[in-house]
Amino acid sequence: MHSEKRSYGDWDMVIRSKTGWFDINFKELWQYRDLIALFVRRDFVTFYKQTILGPLWYIIQPLFTTIVFTIIFGRVAKISTDELPPFLFYMSGNVMWGYFSASLQATSNTFTTNASIFGKVYFPRLTVPLATIIVNFLQFFIQFGLFLGFYFYFMSKGVPIRPTIWIVGLPILLLQMAMLGMGIGILISSMTTKYKDLRFAMGFLVQLWMYASPIVYPLSQIPDWLLPYYVLNPMVSIVESFRYAFLGTSAIQWHHIAISWAMTLFLLFAGIVLFSRIEKTFMDTV
Amino acid sequence: MNVISIENLWKEYRLGVIGHGTLTHDLQSWWSRVRGTEDPNSKLFSAVDTRKLKETNSQFWALKDINIEVEQGDLLGIIGRNGAGKSTLLKILSRVTAPSKGLIKVRGRIASLLEVGTGFHPELTGRENIFLNGSILGMSRDEIKKKFDEIVDFAGVTEFVDTPVKRYSSGMHVRLAFAVAAHLEPEILVVDEVLAVGDMEFQNKCLGKMSEVSREGRTILFVSHDMSAVKRLCRTGIVLNDGEVEYSGKANDVVDHYIESSTVSCDSSGNVKGGEIWQNVRGRVNKDDPFITVNSIFITDNDRKICTVFNSNDPIFINFDFKINKKIGEFRIIISILGDNGEPILTSQLTDTGEYLGSLEAGRYQSCCCLPDKLFSSRQYKLRISFLARRLEHHIYDEVISFKVMYDNASLNKMLMDNVFFRPYFKWNLNKMS
Repeated sequence: MHSEKRSYGDWDMVIRSKTGWFDINFKELWQYRDLIALFVRRDFVTFYKQTILGPLWYIIQPLFTTIVFTIIFGRVAKISTDELPPFLFYMSGNVMWGYFSASLQATSNTFTTNASIFGKVYFPRLTVPLATIIVNFLQFFIQFGLFLGFYFYFMSKGVPIRPTIWIVGLPILLLQMAMLGMGIGILISSMTTKYKDLRFAMGFLVQLWMYASPIVYPLSQIPDWLLPYYVLNPMVSIVESFRYAFLGTSAIQWHHIAISWAMTLFLLFAGIVLFSRIEKTFMDTV
Repeated sequence: MNVISIENLWKEYRLGVIGHGTLTHDLQSWWSRVRGTEDPNSKLFSAVDTRKLKETNSQFWALKDINIEVEQGDLLGIIGRNGAGKSTLLKILSRVTAPSKGLIKVRGRIASLLEVGTGFHPELTGRENIFLNGSILGMSRDEIKKKFDEIVDFAGVTEFVDTPVKRYSSGMHVRLAFAVAAHLEPEILVVDEVLAVGDMEFQNKCLGKMSEVSREGRTILFVSHDMSAVKRLCRTGIVLNDGEVEYSGKANDVVDHYIESSTVSCDSSGNVKGGEIWQNVRGRVNKDDPFITVNSIFITDNDRKICTVFNSNDPIFINFDFKINKKIGEFRIIISILGDNGEPILTSQLTDTGEYLGSLEAGRYQSCCCLPDKLFSSRQYKLRISFLARRLEHHIYDEVISFKVMYDNASLNKMLMDNVFFRPYFKWNLNKMS
């Protein structure tokens, strides 16, 4: 931006065709922070103005999923849960996965669902996915509250769970999860402007990804030969770190966390680069 | 001082197929390339018609080397036919899409109104929507707060500001949306035909607001089909045609130039050119030897002056000037008024009265059709004109010309609000029975 100002004298703005491969104006994004806040508020308000079942749904979904997992994977398949109470084990996975998959699916529709607004007025397009991942924390905190409820219930019954000091690291985990969800979301969103059928593959992809993450089984069950590849999945470290922090048991290691962060940053970066390339001309292709 | 400088601006659209659009197809094409076999997708197209393939892959320049300088405080009207590149230019100025070549340099903040009420959410209240819409248009929260009362006042929705907008009437909705937009304070405002909404009073209010804004030294770019609004409002103007600046100058001259050129004219090679013309010829037509050459089609008022905007109390004359190249049997001219979906909703024929049946000698002809007064409602009317020699050739000109009517009824003091095509004067009576 600065270089542009210098080369174009006292003109304030220059509109032209695609410039470099990295063309995101973060200063402008910051100027539009009010808009992000308003988008968040809009989604929040409209969510509450919906039926009573709206917020309730956020509770029903992880609760029933957890019950089903407990029965199928815990009782029937008898998959190890690292000695942890299966119910808490599955619920911790579901709560984390719930936020990630919701953010991923919502941001992956950025271009298609907002085409009518994007076609009429300019504002930094990244405001939309940013608002989405913030709004999704509403869902997360409802489900996290549910988790805490069961957490204290199990604790009071004397089940051996050991919260660790790493609970204070939760905000960092949430940040990473938000970055990852948005990064992949906008990456896919950019690709769906060209490959429309990718949208239909999304639900399937998210489901497969869940089974590639330690939601229904612990990290300790992964065979050694697979482990180096397995931890390339950034969600592995996020879910297992959460379990370690709250439940005190996990096979997670520091270098897994480092790999996960590297993957997250890479995917987010790739997402932003592709998004910024697509946002300028996607209106011509939809 | 120039506030906008458009330099060598080009915009390309690709027609037809670039990538196949779906991942499966792209993968198929890639796989066939790898194996060295014929691409299953390209085969699909070559089977159709080589000429068609060429057409579908052709590029299309929506804007060709546009150069415009706009001075501060100017009120520039941009006019042109459908497909002339007006919307593309607006979209680039609004940064909705990027140009292919060239650049636009801008001094100051630019805000665009391609639509009013972008981002309005029906569940939110008027207040919340003002903030949301204002922010989308680029206002800061403080700016909106400062202007809030003014906006609500302008829209005339003071009592309903905390009611969800889904309960608003469509008029209130539009007024609120425009009010937000009208209180934007950018140095440059780009306005599309948003004024085509609302009642007469509100339209005048909007036009007033726009000239007020420009008196404050801000610049407005106004795109419209409404020639009278352009004449009234703008100081300078440009005519776009086929992606190029065809004419520029004082607003009045520009409008006159546009109206003249929007009648059909004919170049030396005999091709009809100009106008919103799609030569849509059906039937067995020998293109090299047509039975008719249309010189011009134009609309005039009572005084035989070319006109595009009419009062509903005045008759409208559709004039034709054409040459019949060879003697033909049954000749017809058909005028159809097209509805929103492009289908005719009213049709009238030269032969309706039975006077002009029979054969036609070669020669030059002029014909005129009078559409009576007190028939039309308030809106733009698009016409389809067909010239046909029955069982021989059909020449159909779709949406070649259009006119606008403003409904005017002395006994009604309010503007007609219902969105109908016709509002004729029928005989009514009302009797008190008991």
